[in-house]
Amino acid sequence: MGHLGKQTITYKTPPVITCAYSSVGPKETQGPMGKYFDHHCKDELLGEDTWEKAEARLVQTTIQGLLDRAHKVPNDIQYIFAGDLQNQVIASTFGIKDFNIPFFGLFGACSTMGESMCLASMAVAGGMADLVMAGTSSHNCAAEKQFRYPLEYAGQRTETQTWTATASGFVLISRCGEGPQITAITPGKIVDLGMTDAFNMGAAMAPAAVDTILTHLEDTNQKPSDFDAIITGDLGNCGIDIAIDVAKRLGTDLSDVLMDCGKLMYDDERQKTNCGASGCGCSASIFTGYFYKELLNRNLKKILLVPTGALMSQGSTQQGNTIPGIAHAVCIEMK
Amino acid sequence: MSNINQVKSEYQKIVDKHSPKNKVFVNSIKAFFIGGIICSLGQILIDSYMFWGLSFPEASTWATDSLIFISAVMTAFNVYDNVGRFGGAGALVPITGFANSMVSAGMEYKKEGYIYGLGAKIFTIAGPVIVFGTISSVIIGIIYYFI
Repeated sequence: MGHLGKQTITYKTPPVITCAYSSVGPKETQGPMGKYFDHHCKDELLGEDTWEKAEARLVQTTIQGLLDRAHKVPNDIQYIFAGDLQNQVIASTFGIKDFNIPFFGLFGACSTMGESMCLASMAVAGGMADLVMAGTSSHNCAAEKQFRYPLEYAGQRTETQTWTATASGFVLISRCGEGPQITAITPGKIVDLGMTDAFNMGAAMAPAAVDTILTHLEDTNQKPSDFDAIITGDLGNCGIDIAIDVAKRLGTDLSDVLMDCGKLMYDDERQKTNCGASGCGCSASIFTGYFYKELLNRNLKKILLVPTGALMSQGSTQQGNTIPGIAHAVCIEMK
Repeated sequence: MSNINQVKSEYQKIVDKHSPKNKVFVNSIKAFFIGGIICSLGQILIDSYMFWGLSFPEASTWATDSLIFISAVMTAFNVYDNVGRFGGAGALVPITGFANSMVSAGMEYKKEGYIYGLGAKIFTIAGPVIVFGTISSVIIGIIYYFI
C-alpha cells in the first residue's frame, strides 16, 4: 500500500469485491437497467408505513440479500461502512441495527458509495479487517420530503432536475478471494465553483468529478483510454456534458470513456424524470447491479467508479450558501 | 497540473450551454388552459348554485368551498400533483392550488404526530401565502382608504 502523487492510494495486495447486491424500487425496475438489479421492490413503501422506514427496510433487504448470496452470517462481517441522505443517516442506522455489525455511519451525500468503498478498502488493505461491507441507499419519497416538497404537492419540476432513485447497493470487500479488485482509490476534495441552483445538481457536482478524475489520472500517470469506462455517480444528462466540456478545457478528452449512472437509470422521455437519476442509491445500485457483473464476466477489465455528491442541506441553500461538490474515485480491475 | 479553478470564471457559461431550458412558452400555454378550466369550473358552479336559488355572494362562497373540496379529494387520491405537473402555475395559483399545498403537507407530516407533525407543518407551503397575503391586504386597504 502506498501513497501516490497528490491524493491517491494504491494497494499492493488489492482488496477483492467478492460479492455485490442491489435492490431497487418500481420506477427503477421499469427503467432500461431494471433487469440487471438483484431485488425488485413491488412498491415504494416496502410494507412499512413511512418513507423513512421504507428506506431502512431497503437497506436491510439489500444487506440480507448480500449475506445470503455470499453464504455469510452477520458475525462474519467485521465492519460495515454505510450512509444515506436522510438527516443523521437514520436509514442506514435502522436498516443495519439488527445485524449487530460494528457500524461506521458516513455522510458524503450521493458520493457515499465511493466514500464507503474507499474507507472499507483501506481498512482491509491496512490489515485492520478481513471482511467488511460497504454500501448506501436513497429513497425518492424520503428525499423529496426532506429536501423539496410534500409528495402530493402540485409543483412543476424543472428541466435540469434529476429524479432521486429508490435504490440501494452493498458490496462485500475481502482481503482475499475471487472477484474484481480495488487497486487504487482517490478520495476527493470539496470543490466549489459557486453554483447555487438546487435544481441543477449536475452542474454543482461536475467540477468535483472532473477534479477527482484528472487527479487520479495524473497521480497514477494514466490516460482516459487506460480505462474501459470512467463512471460518474449522478451528474445526470446535462451534468455529464458539463463534465466533458470542463475536462476538455483542462486538456483531457473524456468523451469516449465517460459514463454516468444517473444517465443510465431511466428512460427520461417515457418515465418523465427530466435530467436523469440521482441519489446515493443510483451509483450504488448501478455499480452492484450492472457494472460489477460486467467485470465478473470480463466484458469490462478496468473501470474507475466516481460517485459524486452535492454537499448541502435545505438550510444551507436557503441561507444563500453555494452548493459544493465532492467525488471519490475507486479503481476496480478484473484480473 | 490541472487546476479546476481555472474554469471558475467561465463556469456559469459552460453550465448554461449544456443545461436544458425550461419550456416557458409551452408551459405558459398549458398553464393558461389548466387555469382557465379551473376558473371556468368555478363559474359553472356559481351559475349552478344561483340557478338553484342562492344569491351571488352565497353562490360564490359555495363555489370556492366546492373547488377546495374537489382539490383536497384529488390530492388525497394522488391526482392533483399530476394536474400541477402538467399545468404549472395554472394549477397552483387558483384556490385549488392553495388547498393542495395544505392537504399534501398534512398527508406527508401526519406520520410525525397530530401536534408536531400535521398541526405544525400543514402550513409549510401555504404559510408564506397567508403571511404576505395578509400584510399586502392591509397595505392595499390603507391606500384604498386615502383614495
